[in-house]
Amino acid sequence: MQTEEHWDLIIKPKNKWYQLDLAAIWRYRDLLMLLVRRDFVSVYKQTILGPLWFLIQPVLTAITFTFIFGSVAKISTDSNPPILFYMAGITLWSYFSDCLTKTSNTFIANASVFGKVYFPRLIIPLSVLVSNLIKLGIQFLIFVVIWIYFYSTTNQVNPHWNLMWLLPLLIFIMAGLGFGFGILISSLTTKYRDLTFLVGFGVQLLMYASSVVIPISGMSDKVKFVMLLNPLTSIIETFKYIFLGSGFYDKGWLFYSFSFMGLLIMISVIIFNKVEKSFMDTV
Amino acid sequence: MSDVVIKVENLGKQYRLGSVGTGTVSHDLNRWWYKVRGKEDPYLKIGDVNDRTQRGESDLVWALKDINFEVRQGDVLGIIGKNGAGKSTLLKILSRVTGPTLGNIKVRGRIASLLEVGTGFHPELTGRENIFLNGAILGMTKNEIKSKFDEIVDFSGVERYIDTPVKRYSSGMYVRLAFAVAAHLEPEILIVDEVLAVGDAEFQRKCLGKMKDVSGQGRTVLFVSHNLQAVSNLCNTGIVLKNGRVETYGNIEDCVKSYIISSRNTTLINVSNSNRLKRTNGNVIFEEVKAVKNNEECWEFNYDEDICVNIKVKVQVEVDDLSFYLAIKNPFSGEIISNFKLVISDKKLEIEDCLSFSVIIPFKTIRPGQYALYFALGDAGTKIFYDVVDENVNLPILNINPVSMDVHENSGFVTLPIKIQY
Repeated sequence: MQTEEHWDLIIKPKNKWYQLDLAAIWRYRDLLMLLVRRDFVSVYKQTILGPLWFLIQPVLTAITFTFIFGSVAKISTDSNPPILFYMAGITLWSYFSDCLTKTSNTFIANASVFGKVYFPRLIIPLSVLVSNLIKLGIQFLIFVVIWIYFYSTTNQVNPHWNLMWLLPLLIFIMAGLGFGFGILISSLTTKYRDLTFLVGFGVQLLMYASSVVIPISGMSDKVKFVMLLNPLTSIIETFKYIFLGSGFYDKGWLFYSFSFMGLLIMISVIIFNKVEKSFMDTV
Repeated sequence: MSDVVIKVENLGKQYRLGSVGTGTVSHDLNRWWYKVRGKEDPYLKIGDVNDRTQRGESDLVWALKDINFEVRQGDVLGIIGKNGAGKSTLLKILSRVTGPTLGNIKVRGRIASLLEVGTGFHPELTGRENIFLNGAILGMTKNEIKSKFDEIVDFSGVERYIDTPVKRYSSGMYVRLAFAVAAHLEPEILIVDEVLAVGDAEFQRKCLGKMKDVSGQGRTVLFVSHNLQAVSNLCNTGIVLKNGRVETYGNIEDCVKSYIISSRNTTLINVSNSNRLKRTNGNVIFEEVKAVKNNEECWEFNYDEDICVNIKVKVQVEVDDLSFYLAIKNPFSGEIISNFKLVISDKKLEIEDCLSFSVIIPFKTIRPGQYALYFALGDAGTKIFYDVVDENVNLPILNINPVSMDVHENSGFVTLPIKIQY
């Protein structure tokens, strides 16, 4: 008698593995923006310098790198001004590493909220991507200022203007990689926390394997190939190629990074979906 | 039946006790191995009934098992049960915080759940910012919140502090603001867990009023509370959960009745002395407190029958005198309706002395209904209590059944010897 029963929602023991409710995420877009606002406003409350800290952090890191890798270890910067070279690497890299480390504890850090209210869980890592985008914007601005200074005073900087359009794509891939790795780690650590100990350490190692401080130009072809297997390498190299004229640019490798990101996101969203249902019992 | 908005079918939820560690890896691997071979999860077959007080065989328990019920459009469903009966687990599954192990729930309409007030409040943000954030977490859009903003601030009564970070709020203000946001949700189905136990009396009344409004608008509400009075006031249907199973399901009066009776349905013998002696010194203790009818234990009497309670007491430590005290209380509110006190002995009582007597409450003095009894032994001045027995040590509830349909005779609590003179 009840053949045409319509239910808005059926709560079942398991989600279908491919079930990704994009409509629900869209419905909660206001929450996403409010979370971004919260992150931005709350971090620098009760500090005197406020958002200026966004500027100070990368500059200090670049200066440290210039001193340690440039002056002490004397690692090549592809004949670019060292500070500019390191800033170029750090700007994109720190976006990736911030996204990764912040999304990697999505479940654990938000357990108290997740335990009380339902909303699409992916909103939280997505909001991390957006709020770090603001930080990236500020850091990119400093990079541009320094870049303009060296561009107008020296001839060590030879930008490839025709490739400028690639920049949003680079940021997109970076965001996707940070997001993918982040939620993957987050899903894998709800039950067994072992992986969390590796994250901080792993990100540090990954930085050295991503040509942030060591350019791949001076490496043998074999090492270069291995370095490029890391999807981050060609992004950072491309960024340097566009703005500084050094670096390394290859469409194929860029496409490789892009596909890597796509696959990673697919796998990690599936795992995230699976964990989402039961994580409150295991976290 | 198209007006059913929630349909729960064979719902079950299994939990693993103990902590997660290397030991649980073998469970997971075993589970996975069964799954790979296409067999059923071996752990679903075992698992104990969830009874906290007894040590079980297995470290897997069913917090909920075989739950079936339906909620219709406009129903206000009260979920009652003791701590650990599975109420919160049920609400968590309904609000999609955690998934069920078995069975499913079908829902029609938008659900908003209030398992806690102030979820996601950030201490550094101002009241204004938190209203928006909390509202969005609960599922409102920015525009919805904007349109109700003034109402929310007004309801909370913290207008003056609205641009101050909430970490500077008093705990009362914090909760009021949080509840105000939640109260302005407008879902088709609202799930509320015990959030009324916050704030001062005035604010609690306000909250209950708001809940009544919500149900008056024809929306469906699921409500969990230990406050039986609030439940019977607000709800029209109810579910009693016991050890993860539905014990009673139906109209709210039946549920409250069955809950009160079942939760205290054990005799004195089952209660350990140590439990009682926490509050008293135990110099003289009750050996037996037993209501009897026709020489058999019975806690149910008709309005026109004498109520007889047999009492046996035993002296454990020499005392100078002994008095007996009885109170008859409203089981919902705990108010004393009437009481009785008598000095039983003004002489010294020796160790091992035993006393037996019967308390008779004459017929037609206590009106039909349910009553909680409270028995105590003390010194003649009742300054010192020797022993107390009441519903907290599982004394059954006294049930008086009406004998006529006379509304006047069946209302009220006690009969007074009122006369008319000409």
